[in-house]
Amino acid sequence: MKPPDFTYHAPETLEQALSLLASLDNARLLAGGQSLMPMLTMRFAFPDHVIDLNRVAGLAGITQTGDTLRIGAMTRQRDLLDHPFVQQKIPLLAQALALIGHRQTRNRGTIGGSLCHLDPAAELVSVMTALGATIEIAGPNGPRDVAMADFPLGYMTPSLAPDELVTAVHLPVPPPGHGASFLEFSRRHGDFAIVSAAVMLTRHSSGHLADAVITLGGVGPVPLRLAKAEALLAGQTPTPDLFTQAACLAREIDAMEDAQIPAWYRRRLAESLTRRALTAAHQSLPGAA
Amino acid sequence: MNALPPAKGQVIGHSVTRLEDGPLVRGQGRFAADVNFPRQIFMRVVRAQIAHGHLIAINTEAARALPGVIAVWTHADVASIPPIPFRATRLQGLEPYCQPILAAGRVRYAGEPVAVVFAENPYLAEDAADLVLAEIEELPVLLDARLPPAEFAPGTSTEPAIVRKQFGDVDAAFATAFDVVALDLSVGRHSGVPLECRGAIARYDAAHDVLELHGTAKKQHWNRDEIARLLGLRPHGVHLFEGHVGGGFGVRGELYPEDLLVCLAALRLGRPVKWIEDRREHMVATNHSREQHHSLRAAIDAQGRLLAIDAVFHHDQGAYVRTHGARVADLTAAMLPGPYRLHAYRVAGHFRLTNKTPAATYRAPGRFESTFVRERLMDAIAARIGVDPIELRRRNLLASADMPHARQLDALGTDVVLDSGDYAGLLDKSLARFGWDALQAELRARRAAGELVGAGIGFFVEKSGLGPSDGVRISVDRTGAVELVSGAASVGQGVETVLAQICAETLTVDYRAIRVVRGRTDRIEFGNGAHASRVTVMSGSATHLAALEIRAMALATAAPLLQAQPDELTLARGHVVRIAAPETDLMSLAEVAAHMGPGSPLMIGRTPGLTAERWFYSDHMTYPYGVHLAVVRIDRGTGEIRVERYLVANDIGRAVNPMLVEGQIAGGVAQGLGGALFEEFRYDEAGQPLSTTFADYLIPTLAEMPALDVLVAEDAPSPLNPLGVKGAGEGGINGVGAAIASAVDDALRKPGAITTLPILPRQVHAMLPR
Repeated sequence: MKPPDFTYHAPETLEQALSLLASLDNARLLAGGQSLMPMLTMRFAFPDHVIDLNRVAGLAGITQTGDTLRIGAMTRQRDLLDHPFVQQKIPLLAQALALIGHRQTRNRGTIGGSLCHLDPAAELVSVMTALGATIEIAGPNGPRDVAMADFPLGYMTPSLAPDELVTAVHLPVPPPGHGASFLEFSRRHGDFAIVSAAVMLTRHSSGHLADAVITLGGVGPVPLRLAKAEALLAGQTPTPDLFTQAACLAREIDAMEDAQIPAWYRRRLAESLTRRALTAAHQSLPGAA
Repeated sequence: MNALPPAKGQVIGHSVTRLEDGPLVRGQGRFAADVNFPRQIFMRVVRAQIAHGHLIAINTEAARALPGVIAVWTHADVASIPPIPFRATRLQGLEPYCQPILAAGRVRYAGEPVAVVFAENPYLAEDAADLVLAEIEELPVLLDARLPPAEFAPGTSTEPAIVRKQFGDVDAAFATAFDVVALDLSVGRHSGVPLECRGAIARYDAAHDVLELHGTAKKQHWNRDEIARLLGLRPHGVHLFEGHVGGGFGVRGELYPEDLLVCLAALRLGRPVKWIEDRREHMVATNHSREQHHSLRAAIDAQGRLLAIDAVFHHDQGAYVRTHGARVADLTAAMLPGPYRLHAYRVAGHFRLTNKTPAATYRAPGRFESTFVRERLMDAIAARIGVDPIELRRRNLLASADMPHARQLDALGTDVVLDSGDYAGLLDKSLARFGWDALQAELRARRAAGELVGAGIGFFVEKSGLGPSDGVRISVDRTGAVELVSGAASVGQGVETVLAQICAETLTVDYRAIRVVRGRTDRIEFGNGAHASRVTVMSGSATHLAALEIRAMALATAAPLLQAQPDELTLARGHVVRIAAPETDLMSLAEVAAHMGPGSPLMIGRTPGLTAERWFYSDHMTYPYGVHLAVVRIDRGTGEIRVERYLVANDIGRAVNPMLVEGQIAGGVAQGLGGALFEEFRYDEAGQPLSTTFADYLIPTLAEMPALDVLVAEDAPSPLNPLGVKGAGEGGINGVGAAIASAVDDALRKPGAITTLPILPRQVHAMLPR
């Protein structure tokens, strides 16, 4: 478990990083290193060049403007989790961040790194999809934005050209008074989720549900919006039966299968977690019983 | 036999802090990877990528051509070295199944060493290893020990042996039985997976003609003797050293191919050679364990009392027979009856090879497995006749009056004679401590509220203190410093502290002032190391005897100088004192040692030094025992099994240091939960290992640990040693599979539902009513 030979680059500006990325063949970007370093030491990845983004100025940091939060790509997961605004205003994100690996890995792991690695079970990929984030990308032709829903092109494949990198994530701040719950099932504390469910609910003053967002992680190569269930919930009076009914729709999803986890079990987990997340999100609404 | 009184002593019986911890908490630990020598080179093992095949050719040219590569060896380069032998088997005929240090013509598991590369640094060594190309003609793989045996090599089968044991008239018991209960059960493939991987660093010191091997553990003297024999050296010129060891658990410290390869390379290449196993290698190279499939039948009477057990099991040994021979199968067969009265017993253990990593002992070998099997059986009998599982066990437990109880079985070449025990008494204590009756009411209430909760039990009998001998030499120098040299080893369990406590008790000195030497062959001629929960029993007893001798020597030397008779004197505070006036220090041990120095007129014509060496011999093992109780909750939505509460009660005769005993038990429970719920070496249908990282092989973390209570009992001291001690290393893991399976059954309200370990959430989920 010693990495193969590669050339190490440590740019200090975004321009330098982009120029290296454009000029070097078979280069990989190093952010927090929580995935790339094991891939190197296990010789699953053989880059000729590693471009370390840790010294690039301006890539980390959290700024709030109006109802948008801008999170620099090199922001550590721990820093985002500890951010008071996230804790107070975006509970779904706070809950998801707390489930990423362990405190030690969150100290190094970055927001952009996890999103670009795009593991199907990654909490950040799922929660950013649920929150309707926008990905800010820099490349030789200048910046561009991509909706998080369109960012994954397939299994662990982000919508990024070889000479582009992610610079930030923009999050619309959810409306005050919404309900949220992010739940996942893993064999052990800190493991990648087998299945995760992210739920956000808003409510009319009448007590009917206005809007529901349900995003499942780990069931397929990319996060899955449970649109049928969302449609079923909209405009309805929230009851345990309604949540059970909505969660039942998770039984119909197309779920991945691997040597350890059969598809039927992923569907059952999706159903259970959806029901629980709906219930918890509802309970987190202000004034909920 | 100079027995120590059973009461707590001045030092013995107290939870004193560990002598070992200073360097470990200061970052001054010296594990295998911390050992470095000038001019060292690095070894990398090239491992077979397929599970079974003929080795047609190995192309090493590209690897040799890489700058910085010093040598590349295949079997042809080491053909003169015999395969690694056994140290622990009575079965004959296993020799053809020994593992060559590099594959000879055939590979039999994915991960088998086929070549080694030596290079200037570990990066280059790995680069070069990637360039070695082994051409292998694939053969069909055998991955299930229950399938008919195949050909291992021309003329030999993949079933080297069947371990058979029997007593009583089994057939007659079944013929007259009230009922027969039959079960099929399996324990998955898992093992001790220490956080420190193996390591071996060899160097040859030509000036002194000594070959040194560092990074060793567990069994230095036997390994030294075998390394010398296999390499054609004299044992006095080969020395093994032990630093800190980051967990042993049975797998670390056995003699493996890599140990011999670094030694041979140090001799041939003339430079120190370092090999550090990485985690992915470890998962396919270091001994696996546990995998067994049992089919057993019990004949019972109308009250559920056992009349006979007739057991057949298939032991999945993996690709070769390693140093333990058939020990795990032997122990499984011998220990299966456990704590119960049994009139007739027959067992056939099919010891079979498959195309997987070779297996050997892992903490409580043969007992974790057989306790699971036996306790599943007891639960099944209870369900069959409709009696409470606790009551069923009471009806079958051996009584105190039965002790010592000869099992009419042998294990590890000695007769199984249960030396002492109050099984029913410990069961009562455990249930009371756990609040068993109140718990049942609580569980009923929770079930009524919709929860899936249950409680389970596993009763176990351990074995410990395997002989035949161990020695300890204690010396007091003229400054009063005490050194204790033992043939024991340390895998991190606190050997130094415990031996120092035992020594300090008799010498009345501060245990912290005693230097304990272990794990090295250059300071003591013989030793049996650290395994099989033996150190406190064997080396502890030897320490006690040697300390008594030092005391006697000190009193005899001091007596004439103090114008007293030796029997008027004793030791206190490290000084000779009069029994009649114990508050007055008359002469320190330092002064006594000075009087016994080589220049002292008192010693003319005698061997100088306040030094004594004593040996403790034992031809029978001691048998600790205990109870595991568990409460589990099953998550209806996911099938997750959450262990809420856990108790281990373990009678070990005497706890020299209760804190260390509790630590042993807590660690054992954690590993037991691994085997019961998480850990599994899985293979695909081609024999490719699927559990090669800690993302796939799930060892439990602190977050998975339940609230744990430990009851250390000292009600049944062993009559077989002067301290009354029994081993405490394995009771914590022994009954976990049994207790968790029992509790999951109870939570599911389906007796007998659990038949395999590990118990997986998706399997449990599939058993839930929809």
